[in-house]
Amino acid sequence: MDINDLRSLFTVLSMICFGGIVWWAYSSRRKQAYEEAAMLPLEDDPPAPVAGRNAGQANN
Amino acid sequence: MQSQATYNYKVVRQFAVMTVIWGIVGMLVGVLIASQLVWPQLNIVEFLSYGRLRPLHTNAVIFAFGGCALFATSYYSVQRTGHTPLFAPGLAAFTFWGWQLIIVLAALSLPLGFTTGKEYAELEWPIDILITLVWVAYAIVFFGTIAIRKTKHIYVSNWFFGGMILAVALLHLVNSAEIPVMAAGILTPKSYSAYAGVQDAMVQWWYGHNAVGFFLTAGFLGMMYYFVPKQAGRPVYSYRLSVVHFWALIFTYMWAGPHHLHYTALPDWTQSLGMIFSLILLAPSWGGMINGIMTLSGAWHKLRDDPVLKFMITALSFYGMSTFEGPMMSIKTVNALSHYTDWTVGHVHSGALGWVAMISIGSIYYILPRVFGRTDMYSTPLITAHFWIATLGTVLYIASMWISGVMQGLMWRATNVDGTLTYTFAEAVKASYPFWTIRVVGGAMFLVGMLLMAYNMFKTIGQGKAVDAPVLQPAAAH
Repeated sequence: MDINDLRSLFTVLSMICFGGIVWWAYSSRRKQAYEEAAMLPLEDDPPAPVAGRNAGQANN
Repeated sequence: MQSQATYNYKVVRQFAVMTVIWGIVGMLVGVLIASQLVWPQLNIVEFLSYGRLRPLHTNAVIFAFGGCALFATSYYSVQRTGHTPLFAPGLAAFTFWGWQLIIVLAALSLPLGFTTGKEYAELEWPIDILITLVWVAYAIVFFGTIAIRKTKHIYVSNWFFGGMILAVALLHLVNSAEIPVMAAGILTPKSYSAYAGVQDAMVQWWYGHNAVGFFLTAGFLGMMYYFVPKQAGRPVYSYRLSVVHFWALIFTYMWAGPHHLHYTALPDWTQSLGMIFSLILLAPSWGGMINGIMTLSGAWHKLRDDPVLKFMITALSFYGMSTFEGPMMSIKTVNALSHYTDWTVGHVHSGALGWVAMISIGSIYYILPRVFGRTDMYSTPLITAHFWIATLGTVLYIASMWISGVMQGLMWRATNVDGTLTYTFAEAVKASYPFWTIRVVGGAMFLVGMLLMAYNMFKTIGQGKAVDAPVLQPAAAH
C-alpha cells in the first residue's frame, strides 16, 4: 500500500463523512434543535416593549 | 433580567467606520487604474503607475475594506449570538490597530515597489509576520468569545466566520513561506518563495482561490447568515441547509485552485481535478444563495421600502450569478476562451462589487445606527440612492468586461486559413478601449455610492453618540 492508496482512502472517507453530516443534519432528531438555533439571532434583541419587561431599555 | 455588563462595541465602531474609509480609498485607486488603461498618460510617476497601483487596489479592497467589514461584523454578531462581551478586549483593540498598521504599510510599500509578486499576497515578509500576529489575536478573541458564550448552540454565522479565520491562517502561513534576503534589511525587504516552479504556482493558486473561497465567501456568508435574518426579522429559511452549506464548502473549496492554471505546466490530472471540484461547488453555492433569498419568503414586501434589505438580497443574487459563472469558466474549453481576458476581471468584480461589497454595505448600514445610539441611519433616501447607483455601476462594469473579454478571447484565437493569427495583440487592445471607458464609468458610480455612504455615516455619528448595549441574558426557554 503506497501513499496514493492512503490518499484515495482519505478522499473516500471524506466523502462518507460528508454524507454522514448530511444524513445527520436532515435527521428528524435534529429538527427541534435547529428550529431553536435558527431563532438565536432574533432573540438577541430585547423583546418588543409590549411585555414591559425591558421598558426604558436603551436601543440595542 | 439585564446584567450590568455591556457588549464591546468600541472595536465594532472602529472597524465599521474604517470599512467605509478604506472602501473609498481602495475603490478610488481602482477608478484611477481603470482610467490609466484608457488614458495611459495618467501614469505620471513610477510610484503611481499601473503596475504599482494594481496590487494596492486589490489589497485595499480585499483586506482593508473587506477585512475591516469582516472584523466589524464578526465581532458584533459573535457577541450578540453568544450573549457575552468579547473575550480579551485588549487583544481585540490590538487587532484593530495592528490591522490598520498593516494597511498603512501596504499603502506605502506597494507603490514603492516592494512586492513578492504573488497575487493577493504581494506584501513582503515583515508585513507577513505582522499579519500572522494580528490574525492569531483575532482567532483568540473570536474563539475565546465562542468559548464563553451563554447559549448552548453556536449559531451558524459563527461557524462560517470561524472557518474563515482558521482557513485564512493556514493559507497565509503556507503561501507566504519565503526566505528573506537579510542583507536587504527590514525596511527595504526582499524575499524568495520557499517553493519553485510549478509547485510555487500551485501553492499560489491554492492560496489564491481559497482566499476567494474562505476570505471572500465563507466570511461574508457568515455576515449573510446573521444580518439577513436580522434585517428581514425572520429566521433563516432552512437551518439544516445552512449546516450542509457550511460543510460542503469546507470539503470542496480547498481543491478548486488548479482551475487558475489550465493549459499550463501543471499536470493535466490536477487541472481536471480542479475543474471537477469547481463544478461541484455550484451545488453548495446555490444552496446557500437560495437559503439566503428564501429567508424573505412570505415577507417579500419588505424589499419594497427597505434599501438595506435590497443591498443584501441583491448581494445574494450576484453571489448566485458569480458562483454559476465561476464553475462554468473553470471548464477547460470555456477557460481556453476566457482566461487572461477581461471576462475574468468582470467575473471577479461581479463577486467583489455585487456580492462582497453589497453584503458588507448592507451589514454596515445595519450596524452603524445601533452602535451610535440611533434607531436609523441619518437618511434612508440616501441609502436608496446608494443602492441604485451601486447596482447600476456594477452592471455597467461587469457587462462591459463580459463583452470586451469574449471579444479579446475570440480575436486572440482567430486564425487565417494559412494558420497565421488574424489579429495582432495591439488590435485587440484597440478594440477594448470603448469597454474600458464604460468600466471607468461603472467603477466611478460605485465609488460615488461609497461617498454617499460616508456622508450618511458621518451625519449619523454626528447626531448620535457611541453606545454600548447592555448584555442580554439568553432566552430562558432553552
